[in-house]
Amino acid sequence: MRRPRALRLTVQLAALVLLGASALLALAYRPAIAEIASPDPRSFDAGLVAQGAALARLGNCVSCHQAKSGRPYAGGYAVETPIGQIYGSNITPDERTGIGRWSRSAFARAMREGVGRDGRHLYPAFPYTHYATLADGDIDALYAFLMTRPAVRATVPANRLIPPLGVRPLLAGWKLLFFRPVAIRREVAQSQEWNRGRYIGETLAHCSACHSPRGLFQQERTDRRYDGGWSAGWYAPPLNEHSPAVRAWTAERLYTYLRTGLSRDHAAAAGPMGAVAYNLARADPRDVRALATYYAWWLRDASAARAEPPLPNRAATAAAAHPAGARLYAGACAVCHEPGAAMVEAGRPVLPLGTPLHEDYPADTIQIILKGLRPPTGASGPYMPAYADALSDAQVADLVAYLRARHGSGTPWSDLEHAVAEARETGE
Amino acid sequence: MIELHVNGRAARVTVDPATPLLYVLRDDLGLHAAKFGCGLGQCGACTVLLDDRAVFACLLPVGAVGERQVTTVEGLGDATTPGDLQQAFLHEQAAQCGYCIPGMIARAEALLRRTTTPSEDELRTAMAPSLCRCGTHMRILRAVRRAAVARGGGVPDPAKPVS
Repeated sequence: MRRPRALRLTVQLAALVLLGASALLALAYRPAIAEIASPDPRSFDAGLVAQGAALARLGNCVSCHQAKSGRPYAGGYAVETPIGQIYGSNITPDERTGIGRWSRSAFARAMREGVGRDGRHLYPAFPYTHYATLADGDIDALYAFLMTRPAVRATVPANRLIPPLGVRPLLAGWKLLFFRPVAIRREVAQSQEWNRGRYIGETLAHCSACHSPRGLFQQERTDRRYDGGWSAGWYAPPLNEHSPAVRAWTAERLYTYLRTGLSRDHAAAAGPMGAVAYNLARADPRDVRALATYYAWWLRDASAARAEPPLPNRAATAAAAHPAGARLYAGACAVCHEPGAAMVEAGRPVLPLGTPLHEDYPADTIQIILKGLRPPTGASGPYMPAYADALSDAQVADLVAYLRARHGSGTPWSDLEHAVAEARETGE
Repeated sequence: MIELHVNGRAARVTVDPATPLLYVLRDDLGLHAAKFGCGLGQCGACTVLLDDRAVFACLLPVGAVGERQVTTVEGLGDATTPGDLQQAFLHEQAAQCGYCIPGMIARAEALLRRTTTPSEDELRTAMAPSLCRCGTHMRILRAVRRAAVARGGGVPDPAKPVS
């Protein structure tokens, strides 16, 4: 008889769904940690607070936890992800809108497990997958630092995610699949500095969060570490043997780049990397040196580490292939970018050495042309003006094609006009 | 032969298309408001409007202008009939040597076309690419705030004058 059978199947299906949902909710459940009285800022040791300040520079926390015209650590910055916008929270010690009533253990749980004080799961746009292996002392220092910041009453906008991804218990499933913290053990074959660099780079600085590709569920691809990734419309190039840089990244050059935002042989720190350089310029220099040592190790097998190719001079062939781009370059760019030009004399990298023209994607070249470049570490100095208002999409495309042909390497980029239109929509 | 639209009129010039617009405006079209300050896009003295946006004329090849409307200070009004922004600059006496002023006016015009109610922060950020060596910044800012009011807006949080 059909009707009772159909009914039985429906009930069975409903029961399964209910069971699944209950299992998920049971898995996802985390108890709230009781609120505490807001700690007196004077109760924190000054040395610990200073240590926390230096760690916060390394972690670049303020980048995601401060809106463009907002107060430091008061949140409101929209992290653009493929699943929507996630807003950095207010981590000032405000009692109502910040973390003023969070105990140290609530803070530690958020940092290490991605669970808020009230028990809700946090989106891994907040990189707790990296902070999971932070040492207790560093968690203490960061807590002391944050609890002694000026409290700001600011409610952060709600996340705007593709439904149903706004349902937080689903994150428990994500964590089950992708959250595998591995303790960082000392590598005895490597120096003290290397080990310190690895600890900082893999936890606080969370470099692989931008410099590694992500899978369908936005998890970092641990099988392709440092193979390059994306952040806010900018491409973060590979930091391993696939680095497209045409000059070797030695520890010394990396240190200069990370501290000043400029490497004469490579690039200027642009886009999201500008904020990183701004903060590393103000972090403990020994820690930045450690980071440089560690990442120079990652880059040791890049092709430029073995041999630095001579700079090509393809001006004639590039102009013949891209006459419109060549004319644009002559009028809009040459005055600063031709050999002997003022900017080159002032220590800016020459175009053929800049990594963007050697990357697999045109995104960085396009973003730099549209948005310009400012000295990222706050120092005064010559800057590159923005061309977004002066040049059309087609003009930027012509220019970029010319630059790739003249100074770049690798296969010519395609679909440039579309890439320019897209770049205008993204990035800061 | 390149055809341009400058200050509401068609203009035809015969120059190398890579020539920066600044030289064409000054040498071929007799429009001397926009100035050469650095030729590197660092000072803003050459600023003109391109379809309502402020651009550096020293870095814009004339061949790239195309159909877009170029507006210089001369297109905003003249000595006998100054525009409201120029009126505001006159009222505030916002010039000393005057070299940065056409660029400042063009940049301010672009801002006010975008919004007549910029915040003080937005105002200063918008004007930042134009430099002034004589130090008339405060008067220039007062002039732009005045012009914003004249256009039915105003800066809601203007900086307080230092007494």
